[in-house]
Amino acid sequence: MSLAEKYPKEVKNILSKYPVEFKRSAVMPLLYLAQRENGYVTKSAMSDIAQLLDITDTEVASVVGFYTLYHDRQEGKYRMQVCADLPCALRGADKFIESLCVNLGIKVGETTGDGLVTVESVMCLAACDKAPMFQIQSRDGIVYHENMTVDKTLELVQALKMSAQEVK
Amino acid sequence: MGHILLRHRDIPNFSQLDVYKKNGGLVAFKNAITAMKPEDVTNVVKASGLRGRGGAGFPTGTKWSFIDKNNWPHYVVVNADESEPGTFKDREIMEGNPFQMLEGVALCCYAVGANVAYIYLRGEFWQLAAALDENIAQLEEAGYLGDKLFGTEFSLRIHTHLGAGAYICGEESALLESLEGKRGQPRVRPPFPPSVGLYGKPTIVNNVETFANVQPILAKGADWYKTMGTADSAGVKIFSLSGSVKKPGNNELPLGTTFRDLIFNHGGGMLDNRRIKAIMPAGASSSMIIADDKALDTPMDYASVRTLGADLGSASIIVIDDTVSMEWVIGKTVHFFKHESCGKCTPCREGTYWMQNVINRLQNGRKKEDVDLLLNVAKQMQGKCLCALGEFATMAVTTGIERFPSDFKA
Repeated sequence: MSLAEKYPKEVKNILSKYPVEFKRSAVMPLLYLAQRENGYVTKSAMSDIAQLLDITDTEVASVVGFYTLYHDRQEGKYRMQVCADLPCALRGADKFIESLCVNLGIKVGETTGDGLVTVESVMCLAACDKAPMFQIQSRDGIVYHENMTVDKTLELVQALKMSAQEVK
Repeated sequence: MGHILLRHRDIPNFSQLDVYKKNGGLVAFKNAITAMKPEDVTNVVKASGLRGRGGAGFPTGTKWSFIDKNNWPHYVVVNADESEPGTFKDREIMEGNPFQMLEGVALCCYAVGANVAYIYLRGEFWQLAAALDENIAQLEEAGYLGDKLFGTEFSLRIHTHLGAGAYICGEESALLESLEGKRGQPRVRPPFPPSVGLYGKPTIVNNVETFANVQPILAKGADWYKTMGTADSAGVKIFSLSGSVKKPGNNELPLGTTFRDLIFNHGGGMLDNRRIKAIMPAGASSSMIIADDKALDTPMDYASVRTLGADLGSASIIVIDDTVSMEWVIGKTVHFFKHESCGKCTPCREGTYWMQNVINRLQNGRKKEDVDLLLNVAKQMQGKCLCALGEFATMAVTTGIERFPSDFKA
């Protein structure tokens, strides 16, 4: 099923925001819609979007490649994106991420063995006064977690594990 | 005195429409579209002395008056891409006081003859965009957005648009490219957006905080607004304070407040009572200021900060203590800019890459020739990049090395 068949209402809503002759503007919201399904944008979804907007597959792929919140391959179900930029680093973000990774037994950029959590070091998330902090990107969107400690984060990972098992 | 921009800190539930209206909200907008000429709105903003709060500090009313009246339709775009390391003020405004920002946008649309506005939010503000969609729907239902408002000929729609993680989209022409569905790479300017902007049409792009200032200015008048701040920099500003201080956070203060007052009074002083070493007043894009008594007693307005060899920018004050090495700081800032360089122009793409390489080498064993090389690369970038990002990437490097030479001694 194509994206437009699967989400007719959402696609129509998105397209209605932009002038008909400039419908290419809808590429970013349509990519978010496509990413809902698998946590990344598949090749066939990119083709669907290209067709909807009368642009080439390559043009859609170039947008996916340019922005960091679009993904073209599967990673952990939850992407834990820790800010390690200067203001957060002045408040201990480097140590936080290092200790978190040791506890999870992975390196930055890697995914836990159960495929649940990928830890990424990312650029500023506009929460410099609440460091250490991270966001979790998943199929459901993006949620901020601020003023975090390693212990609190490990509890959160545990909770994510439990809820993943329940879903199974 | 209560807050002017962060009013939600004084009034509970201020993000709700009925509370906003009960406290004077939307009167200015209704009055403008029913009783004022569009150019009169622009003139009030001009007379207030309001300058853009996104970083460049360009006079807002003057920008609005540049809109090309021979080319239609017009657009208004809100820059809510807040991505500068050290900046977190727009997020608080939109979370706590969304209707004041939206009313400012609506006033601007009326002033420049735009019937559609887009709010371009960074992709990470996903929940915030959903909340704003809700706020916009409420305004439509209450008759403040839609067709032929209050029996006039003026119609207005506001839409949110989410970016997807790219600092460069805070640069206005890159933002417009992104909004048009392309990679966010800056355009050659001029022409500037008031002549050629979104979809090639005249467009006003302003920052969230700038729009939040417009409603109080229209409600209370330009003269009232000018009683705050300095002659050169009127009004209040939100200072995002971060780094080695006890109480990081947003502080709404008159422009012209001193660094000392912000850091030691509002910020509660230095973390663990360490000594203050340096200040970056405009986030990671900033020049490094040596935090001596002269600097600490300097008023934070656009002209005074310039006397310290820096810019106030978006007023994102990062405080650095004396346990921190400047070599480490520029390692962080260069890493950021290398990641965020869009790759369009060569000096920035290659320059940030080489600065990163040389810094990595420095951190594995400092040599004088590498410090000289780093400075050389940074200076070769200056004045040669397509947009400000390349320039920003060099500021901490050159001023870090020149103003804190002992941190780079081989």
